[in-house]
Amino acid sequence: MAETRPRTLFDKIWDSHVVERLPDGTCLLYIDRHLVHEVTSPQAFEGLRMAGRQVRRPDATFAVADHNVPTSDRSAGIAEPESRIQVETLEKNVAEFGVPYFPLLDARQGIVHIVGPEQGISQPGMTIVCGDSHTSTHGALGALAFGIGTSEVEHVLATQTLLQKPAKNMLVRVDGALPLGCTAKDIILAIIGRIGTAGGTGHVIEYAGEAIRALDMAGRMTICNMSIEGGARAGLIAPDETTFAYIKGRPHAPKGEAWDRAVAWWKSLPSDEGASYDTTIVINAPDIVPLVTWGTSPEDVVPVTGAVPDPANESSEARRAAKQRMLDYMGLTPGQRMQDIAVDVVFIGSCTNGRIEDIRAAAAVAKGRKVVSGVRAMVVPGSGLVKEAAEAEGLDKVLIEAGFEWREAGCSMCLGMNPDQLKPGQRCASTSNRNFEGRQGPGGRTHLMSPAMAAAAAVTGRLTDVRELAR
Amino acid sequence: MQPFTTLTGIAAPLPQPNVDTDKIIPARFLKTILRTGLGKNLFDTLRYRPDGSENPDFILNREPYRKAEILIAGPNFGCGSSREHAPWALLDFGIRCVIAPDFADIFFNNCFKNGILPIKLPQEVCDALLADAELGANARLTVDLERQVVVRPNGEEIRFEVDPFRKHCLLNGLDDIGQTMAHAPKIDAFETRRRAEQPWL
Ligand code: SF4
Repeated sequence: MAETRPRTLFDKIWDSHVVERLPDGTCLLYIDRHLVHEVTSPQAFEGLRMAGRQVRRPDATFAVADHNVPTSDRSAGIAEPESRIQVETLEKNVAEFGVPYFPLLDARQGIVHIVGPEQGISQPGMTIVCGDSHTSTHGALGALAFGIGTSEVEHVLATQTLLQKPAKNMLVRVDGALPLGCTAKDIILAIIGRIGTAGGTGHVIEYAGEAIRALDMAGRMTICNMSIEGGARAGLIAPDETTFAYIKGRPHAPKGEAWDRAVAWWKSLPSDEGASYDTTIVINAPDIVPLVTWGTSPEDVVPVTGAVPDPANESSEARRAAKQRMLDYMGLTPGQRMQDIAVDVVFIGSCTNGRIEDIRAAAAVAKGRKVVSGVRAMVVPGSGLVKEAAEAEGLDKVLIEAGFEWREAGCSMCLGMNPDQLKPGQRCASTSNRNFEGRQGPGGRTHLMSPAMAAAAAVTGRLTDVRELAR
Repeated sequence: MQPFTTLTGIAAPLPQPNVDTDKIIPARFLKTILRTGLGKNLFDTLRYRPDGSENPDFILNREPYRKAEILIAGPNFGCGSSREHAPWALLDFGIRCVIAPDFADIFFNNCFKNGILPIKLPQEVCDALLADAELGANARLTVDLERQVVVRPNGEEIRFEVDPFRKHCLLNGLDDIGQTMAHAPKIDAFETRRRAEQPWL
């Protein structure tokens, strides 16, 4: 290719996957890995069947059930009939089309975005798609990963390609070191608070800077995961030694000579010196504090030490009305201290914060403390393997001892499709990614935060600055 | 896919910003394995009260908007999840065109795949269309995709932009997969080269 201009990581991955460029700039993009789950795939497989089409590359496709599965004992199967049908439909489809599948009782089952990296399925430089918007998670490995709708799921199953227009490049640089008590979750909440939920629309966000480089893979996945809450379909972090060390030895990672060739290619992927971005945002990490959301949009963030904002300060009547509506829904009053807000439920899990590192952080806070009486606190590992790892470290005992429920892997109360739902009016400290009205159950009220902060809320019964517990 | 050519119909105003896909169709209705039947749960939490009865204040529960075919929405419409159930629910209700200042990317794409036309127009223009929509049955809008215009009840024509390829597909009701299949030799060649150069992929 005669390409000489400095390119971004996104440009490089994009260019290396273009099968054909159509006259209007739309590209037929080759897809390396396709992850499939039970909720957004049945209609796609049905479409294939009706048209007499095959799955083009079953070897590049992986399926797992996660959204709809119970997180209590599942040895007796799924009680809820509609959920059972959806999972059974997936099982029937993967068998018919020859797609690899991690069954419900397999330790490798879990949330699709936890499973992909964990199995080494997701690798740098790849294009990865899934019928789920949080596919952006896999960008933490330096892959171009984004969510697609069911029609596109069918398109990828049939052709292993997608019709796409190139996105714009956005750089979010997080300079300096993150203060103690702050986590990757606080970084991404700070970013979304700054750019807003539509700030990244039409863009792919590349996260860079000292604070990002210092993160482990779990933290990087937390950041890329919530790119979609900032409006961007994908987030990316350049692969480095941390990435390579994470991937090495995983079941689907390249081995032997292929590993060396892969690493050599991966090292060529980071953005070139002088590559240009359509938008650049700089955040100063030392200024970041532990954050929580107060409203029903992920951009509604405040420091946990702060107070509920006053809609009167909004710039327009429409915005005032929107914020007032949120306060009414959330049952909050302007000026109320965030730390005075009592919670009913604590949810630790999801593809944002359901990895072993997150469970360690929660257990560290829970150790030697008790969940306040009347608060329901649940920990839902992101995969069966995360659960096993936590149990090997004795974290399950620490959490159960403190009064947390220790559950089976799945999406659970992140979206409340299974029985794990908030009741109307219940307030939840949650490590998930969306605080939309009714997201965790009809009428439920969600405050987003890091795992350590959620655990702190469980043991105090209110939103709490985790740094105070550490003192 | 049903082609989209010209649509004349009642437009419902829904000006609130950031209407997310959980609002369009809450997750608990995603357990279906079909594309149809979601219309009754479109905007479920806005449309029904906790006891299941209709909320009389919600726009789609009022005449003539029960028969709305066009939605005039607020900024960042369709943000949140990738669920195609959102356009399926709109379509099943009977809405074939959504006009808003801007849309979330995935939802925007998903609309085209289902014969729904999403139109981006500046906020001031949307405000004028919202005012038209408030007039109800006396004020039908016409959306002419071929000419790329929205015709207001007063006859004024508002031009909109649409990607030429997507326009072509919508006008003819074309399914992307069939078209991509025509490029199969190129995909084969790409895969062959890939297997030689980067076998781990
Ligand atoms: S954990 Fe939540 S955000 Fe992640 S895939 Fe599951 S439902 Fe979606």
